[in-house]
Amino acid sequence: MTTYHPIIAIIGILFVVLNLAALLIWVERRLLALWQDRYGPNRVGPFGLLQPLADAIKLFAKEDWIPPFADKWVFILAPAIVMMTALLAFVVIPVSPGVVVSDLNIALLFFLGMSSLGVYSVALGGWASDNKYSLLGGLRASAQMLSYEVFMGLSLMGVVILAGSFNLSDIVFAQKKLWFVIPQFLGFLLFLIAGVAETRRLPFDLPEAESELIAGYHSEYSGMKFGMFFVGEYVGITLISALITVLFFGGWLGPVLPGVIWFLIKMGFFLCFFILLRASLPRPRFDQLMAWGWKLMLPLALANLLVTGAVVLSLHHG
Amino acid sequence: MLSLLRTMWDVFLHAFHPRVTKQYPEQPAYLAPRWRGRIILSRDPDGGERCVACYLCAVACPVDCIALQATEDQTGRRYPAFFRINFSRCIFCGYCEEACPTYAIQLTPDFEMSEYKRQNLVYEKEDLLINGVGKYPGYNFWRVAGVRIGGKDKGQSENEAPPTDIHDLMP
Repeated sequence: MTTYHPIIAIIGILFVVLNLAALLIWVERRLLALWQDRYGPNRVGPFGLLQPLADAIKLFAKEDWIPPFADKWVFILAPAIVMMTALLAFVVIPVSPGVVVSDLNIALLFFLGMSSLGVYSVALGGWASDNKYSLLGGLRASAQMLSYEVFMGLSLMGVVILAGSFNLSDIVFAQKKLWFVIPQFLGFLLFLIAGVAETRRLPFDLPEAESELIAGYHSEYSGMKFGMFFVGEYVGITLISALITVLFFGGWLGPVLPGVIWFLIKMGFFLCFFILLRASLPRPRFDQLMAWGWKLMLPLALANLLVTGAVVLSLHHG
Repeated sequence: MLSLLRTMWDVFLHAFHPRVTKQYPEQPAYLAPRWRGRIILSRDPDGGERCVACYLCAVACPVDCIALQATEDQTGRRYPAFFRINFSRCIFCGYCEEACPTYAIQLTPDFEMSEYKRQNLVYEKEDLLINGVGKYPGYNFWRVAGVRIGGKDKGQSENEAPPTDIHDLMP
């Protein structure tokens, strides 16, 4: 590997991720339409593929309004944070052997840290808007993400025990014989649920909850600042799907096709799954959400960790 | 929990259902024969205007989108000097058609009246008047109405008895 390799990886991953996030806007609308027996956007360009471009032009042309009562600098900073943290977390995702920006030995912890920082964007955005609906949204977001962060980390520790490393490339290599989804099925389910909650997607979109809170934490945002939240959400989905692929479904491992293609196929499957969740599930009440997180998910994650640890110990030392 | 999975599966199966959306401009929508769309003013079989400018349509109109001015020609036949419908206000309720005593004003199965300027939705008489009889082919108000107009005197209309001579004592 030469020295310019990370630069190429950075440009490549940034290009693919941002375009994928834009494409996801179209994919989501088309898939939702498909599952609701409609067509969705199909007028702009072939199959409506240029719809995100039209949306982007519209967002740029809109008035970029900062409410006079808002906390100006925090208000501007908040949408930048969500994009920043989501994109930073992509640094550690190995797309295929060697194609990774930074092969950190604590990659998984880095990801967890970045996704925790993502809470700030939502909480600060809700706070800086100085609007009761935004504040409620921000409040919900911080409570939700704090409580789901806990077992998100714990659900991944089973994978770490099995692979014996926090490095994502090592985790993928450890799945050569068996994908971790089979020994760690419970961990996979827990991480999937936590991931949905972490990206604030339906059915865990209580911070936005357009039927209750207008648009929650980004009620006051317009123009490209809103666009940042919007695209940041899709980058977040892409990130969680990529991580599920890497941690539980063997990343780039697969027969015949090159690794990158396998990675994209697996990731695309989970992207579609996220959209299916949105198409089919209702939003829980907030107390139900919190009760689920603390009373069901956390004990399950702990039990999973304990059992996995015990089994690995007994196999290695028994 | 199981019901959630069931819901997801059912929603997924909708991917294989036919779509209910009609691709409108390419697939024209079905319009019923009695569809209430763009309003027209029809002519009688002889080619004259049916409208007698009685103002009943303007009175019946719930949104006051019809404006007209009555006048008379040399023969005593009433007609509107101007007839104006503001289609940006019209709600296509069809009350004007029901109110019309001469079948002049009629609603047609046409709704494609998009304009870039609102002003262009104000239709004048020359925009409304068609060269046809519309839904009532044989009807001519002036031929059956007991009104004296040029060339037709009292009692000369169709099915009209000759006028009673009020000075005559005979039954």
